[in-house]
Amino acid sequence: MLNIGVLREGIVIDHIKAGGAMKIYSYLNLENVDNSVAIIKNARSNKMGKKDIIKIEGNLGDINLDVLGVLDHRITINIIEDGVIKVKKNLELPDTVENVLLCKNPRCITSIEQSIPHIFHLTDKDNGMYRCIYCEQEHEKR
Amino acid sequence: MKHIISPTDLSLSELDELLDLSEEIIEDPSKYSEICHGKKLASLFYEPSTRTRLSFEAAMLNLGGNILGFSSADSSSAAKGESVADTIRVISSYADICAIRHPKEGAPLVASHHSSIPVINAGDGGHNHPTQTFTDLLTIKHLKGRLQELTIGFCGDLKFGRTVHSLITALARYSNIKFILISPKELKIPDYIREEILDAKGISYVEVRGLEEVMSYLDILYMTRVQRERFFNEADYVRLKDTYVLDSRKMTLAKEDMLVLHPLPRVNEISTDVDDDPRAVYFKQAQYGVYVRMALIMKLLKLV
Ligand SMILES: [Zn+2]
Repeated sequence: MLNIGVLREGIVIDHIKAGGAMKIYSYLNLENVDNSVAIIKNARSNKMGKKDIIKIEGNLGDINLDVLGVLDHRITINIIEDGVIKVKKNLELPDTVENVLLCKNPRCITSIEQSIPHIFHLTDKDNGMYRCIYCEQEHEKR
Repeated sequence: MKHIISPTDLSLSELDELLDLSEEIIEDPSKYSEICHGKKLASLFYEPSTRTRLSFEAAMLNLGGNILGFSSADSSSAAKGESVADTIRVISSYADICAIRHPKEGAPLVASHHSSIPVINAGDGGHNHPTQTFTDLLTIKHLKGRLQELTIGFCGDLKFGRTVHSLITALARYSNIKFILISPKELKIPDYIREEILDAKGISYVEVRGLEEVMSYLDILYMTRVQRERFFNEADYVRLKDTYVLDSRKMTLAKEDMLVLHPLPRVNEISTDVDDDPRAVYFKQAQYGVYVRMALIMKLLKLV
């Protein structure tokens, strides 16, 4: 079980696919914040077998956490205030994301023109699958 | 403003209208010979495809319009590093409609985002080639009289053949279509077509290796070329390229009203002794390609 007692104020990013924490860590640019951050790898989970968890003390200011669902659609986020879960939210997957996912298809026009925004469209809600609007290649979740 | 980037950019009823108009042209090819007077088609070909380019240009000329453009990247501003977006912004002020061919997937979509004139995708890498699909549909509809209740065989390279994937996707929108997918196991249709189109829509299909055993079932036989550049080594290519050659002997196994289609150019997958068979319609198909492009240009310019 995840012990949140130690966190008075903060954010718990839970149900990250095992092995995926570092990607979230670097997407949120956590190496450059002063907050104390704990990464828990391979925590046991009834639902998922194994999972990763990131705990962040304090808040991160104005940041759109919904975007994390694009990187990993099973992620849940708990906002902790005064030692209790204030908000427990499932992420709403945006229909379209711009410059969040990058198309890696070498045959895609985005591979040769740097100024084109990388736009992905949600094509399968249940599986959180996004496809590049230009080449229709699906985004590979690791 | 409407652009044609993918074959499914047209609804079924819009597609019907397009094919009806194309059939009008087949009946009377000179009927609309002045309708595009004073209009210009820009053909922006970032890679050479003489057949497709001439088909578009013939279509515009048949409508009384004019053409301009380039036929390879090194004769265009792309060679100087200009983006597709900038090129189309400029071309938009020179022409009324454009057809764009590009080796990279999605380039025509990028163009459409920055264009003030209708953009037609004339092929983007191995991705989409909607006017080829419309040509195939017109050929079947006109010569068979219907797009429903057909058993259609696809033979050859079903893995990389974009025309096959597009036509399967387009035909899957009609009722009582059956597919017979004939290919070596190395070149079977990709999983996403099987899962997202065939299985998802409950369409009946079989995958077989041999052409002869299924010939007698087919209403349509769509032949494709096994492209040399798809293979990592020459030995594989040589081993597979002659696997499926259609000749007059195999044609004796087919129905009397079966049609043979091929997107052209062929190499040797259809022996020339089939060319005089009335069921071989691939040259007619190329002619219909001009008519369907004429119809598409008129529709996009809202002239009809
Ligand atoms: Zn892409």
